[in-house]
Amino acid sequence: MNRRMVVYILGQMLNAEALLLLFPTAVSFLYREQGVAFAFLITIAATVAFGALCTFRRPQNRVIYAREGFAVVALSWLVLSAFGALPFWLTREIPSYVDCFFETVSGFTTTGASILTEVESLSRGLLFWRSFTHWVGGMGVLVFVMTVIPLGDNRSMHILRAEVPGPMVGKLVPRLKSTAKILYGIYIVMTAIEVVLLLFGGMDLYDSLVHSFGTAGTGGFSVKNASIGAYQSPYIEWVIAIFMLLFGINFNLYFFLLLGKIRTVLQSDELRCYLGIVGASIAVIAVNILPMYQKLGVAVRHAAFQVSSIITTTGYATVDFNGWPQLSRTILVVLMFFGACAGSTGGGLKIARLLLFFRTMRRDLRRMLHPHSVEVVMLDGKPVPEDTVAGANGFFLVYSAIALVTVLLISVDGFDFETNFTAMAACLNNIGPGLGMVGPTGNFSAFSDFSKLLLSFAMLIGRLEVFPMLLIFAPSVWRRR
Amino acid sequence: MKIIVVGGGKIGETLVEQLAKEGHDLVLIDNQQAVIEETENRLDVMGIYGNGASHLVQIEAGVPKADLLIAVTNSDELNMLCCLVAKKLGARHTIARIRNPEYNDQLVFLREELGLSLAINPEAAAAGELFRMLRFPSALKIETFSRGRVELAEVRLREGSKLDGLYLHELSKKFQVKVLVCVVQRGEQVLIPTGDFRLCAGDKISIAAGPAEIERFFRAAGLLKEEAHSVMIVGGGRIAHYLCRKLLGIGVSVKIIDTDPQRCRHLCEQMPRAMIICGDGTKQELLFEEGLERVDAFVSLTGLDEQNAILSMFAASRGVGKVITKVSRTSLLSLVESAGLESVISPKEITANQIVRYVRAMQNSLGSNVETLYKLVGGRVEALEFRVKPDFPHIGTPLKDLTLKPNLLLACITRGDRAILPGGGDSIAADDRVVVVTTNQQLRDLSDILL
Repeated sequence: MNRRMVVYILGQMLNAEALLLLFPTAVSFLYREQGVAFAFLITIAATVAFGALCTFRRPQNRVIYAREGFAVVALSWLVLSAFGALPFWLTREIPSYVDCFFETVSGFTTTGASILTEVESLSRGLLFWRSFTHWVGGMGVLVFVMTVIPLGDNRSMHILRAEVPGPMVGKLVPRLKSTAKILYGIYIVMTAIEVVLLLFGGMDLYDSLVHSFGTAGTGGFSVKNASIGAYQSPYIEWVIAIFMLLFGINFNLYFFLLLGKIRTVLQSDELRCYLGIVGASIAVIAVNILPMYQKLGVAVRHAAFQVSSIITTTGYATVDFNGWPQLSRTILVVLMFFGACAGSTGGGLKIARLLLFFRTMRRDLRRMLHPHSVEVVMLDGKPVPEDTVAGANGFFLVYSAIALVTVLLISVDGFDFETNFTAMAACLNNIGPGLGMVGPTGNFSAFSDFSKLLLSFAMLIGRLEVFPMLLIFAPSVWRRR
Repeated sequence: MKIIVVGGGKIGETLVEQLAKEGHDLVLIDNQQAVIEETENRLDVMGIYGNGASHLVQIEAGVPKADLLIAVTNSDELNMLCCLVAKKLGARHTIARIRNPEYNDQLVFLREELGLSLAINPEAAAAGELFRMLRFPSALKIETFSRGRVELAEVRLREGSKLDGLYLHELSKKFQVKVLVCVVQRGEQVLIPTGDFRLCAGDKISIAAGPAEIERFFRAAGLLKEEAHSVMIVGGGRIAHYLCRKLLGIGVSVKIIDTDPQRCRHLCEQMPRAMIICGDGTKQELLFEEGLERVDAFVSLTGLDEQNAILSMFAASRGVGKVITKVSRTSLLSLVESAGLESVISPKEITANQIVRYVRAMQNSLGSNVETLYKLVGGRVEALEFRVKPDFPHIGTPLKDLTLKPNLLLACITRGDRAILPGGGDSIAADDRVVVVTTNQQLRDLSDILL
């Protein structure tokens, strides 16, 4: 374990966070919230101080291997959240630090689960920071920093692999830095387009920025108590629904689209499957909830919004789907686990993994009938290495185990099963709202501090796809040699 | 530049590493997932899994927009096919490794008809290097510039050498020969020395001068060893084949020892004047029987690095004048050198140098070109030769008025047929060839030498 280098990279992360904190500070000044701006400035000072302390000496040995990659990613997210929570705490707008931490982790991991009972009373600067963390966390913090500073000695691939979601992580162009730049370029342009479209819908600049951040990172923090439903505008709902779906697609496909390789995009198994699942779910739910809304158009709109919000793990809401029929509610819970595409900003298991599970399952069944048959699992017309298949299966196993343990531990608080189960699902899959007490109109404030920390941890596990977070508990990672 | 390498074997790996370090965008195509993964983990390059000769794989790798494709798989035919496909897809330049001597004879055809920019043959290149080392055994290593008009010779100062304790500015006065010491290796340190540098025993120094001056200097300094007249080679592979042919050409007697009877027969058919011994070269009995103690030079060229090292150590202990060892894995180089074996060659390194040189020359069709490039001291020092274009801004300026970058030395200027070891009063003229020695890597243009 190259501890020096890990500390050095952590320091660089803190410096980057200080830079990002300048944005909400500016917003606070703009809205004349001096107290909040002061809290941000203190946070920046603390962050820079620690960052400078860690980066004071450039380590001689800059080589990072897989374990340093995992450790750096996991620790960065923890440290960034811990410092990012400070403004909430310093302004006393959220009095308990555990709550602040929960809120910030929920932001960075693009979960969108909140402990706030009343959102609208918070200051503008803090709400901006809350949503800004979505935007930063969506694409990955380390990947962002990598576009600016070279982190390791050519070996940053380990970091990319630990931070970018999906069973297989590849580069778009030979240089990691250029790859990260392309991805961030696409991300920024798409966010900007959404902001413009929302402005057309009559939202003011602040609200459209905040909601675009929430959509782009597939986070789900809103500045309204009633989320997107507060605007009562079908146009805004459709824009956000469509953009949520777009941000749930693998970003590599947008790159291919830019290159004009339309055929590659259309032939992507994952994309087809994703759109198929979305289409089918919308249809079933729309029919199911038709009696509640009378008009087909309204039912389809609500169904489409909620489905894309849940499958992309965003968590915005236009209606309280807690009151929907059981079939629709169950479909939404299932979609929570499906998640978005690999290589997108969404969470969950990822459609690519589901396809791998399904195809491995099919292969194993066929093998029962033809014990000597040889079959390779294919994805996008290419054979998937057996290691990747086994890795995906292992992932599923650990994921389920964590889900079970989490439900078990938070049930100590004594809430009903629906609340506990969907709270875990909403946090582990980075969605935000669940059902029951944590439904679209509820929140997580009633949980005990222990449960909140546990759920924060579940969010990080979900965002970083299990292994980095678990591996920092392995003693062998920390051994000097 | 965008460069695609097909085949991630020994040479491919070195190339990818070297070229990525020079700032190019590298894509490696290999048909083994493990090789790709290992490379991607270690270096900032992109790997693509598949058959490099398939045009679909090449398109995926971006060959149509690539500046250069280098095919270094272990099959000559596959390499040629890769280059052919790449050329048709629109790659600007292609380089193939072609090592079968039969194809080697038709290189002109390949170059012109297949559009190959460069064909490299690591074994032939290694043999060429060995040949030079054997012809001038006093130096550990010898590199040539300006078509042989300037040489860079590496030599180790032994205890009690006449050079021990000398200041560099005293050299030419003492030996009445003008030479330039360009690089000094002292332990782990690598220095580009100035005039007030003091040599001491154990240093390894590189000297630049014309071939005649170098010989005179070596004679005066008591470093000269006689040219080898009989050479024993263990291991009868391709390098041995090429080397033997060259040595026989200048009348040196050659003895090749190999275990494989068929290989021996083949060598014998090809080169009837060489003495071919079929037997185990690692047996001391056999080596003594064949007169190990009477040969001038011993070259170990078996396929195993470890075996080569041991054999060479044994030969050196028996007092053979010149012992050369082939080492393929560069990670072993320092180990071998610390064991006292100083003349070492590494075919993959020679080949990688050749290609890097080509790539650098490709990069600037304007300005003064890199004509020759050698990596010395395990890649820590570079010796480059530039040709001066008429638009070089400092033509005619005396060198003492130019501020050069630190750790950089103008080793030599060749004007017409004359090699000049430059002093402060000399200046650079158009069409000169300038040899620069530096620890500062990645010089691309002559104007890069100025601060």
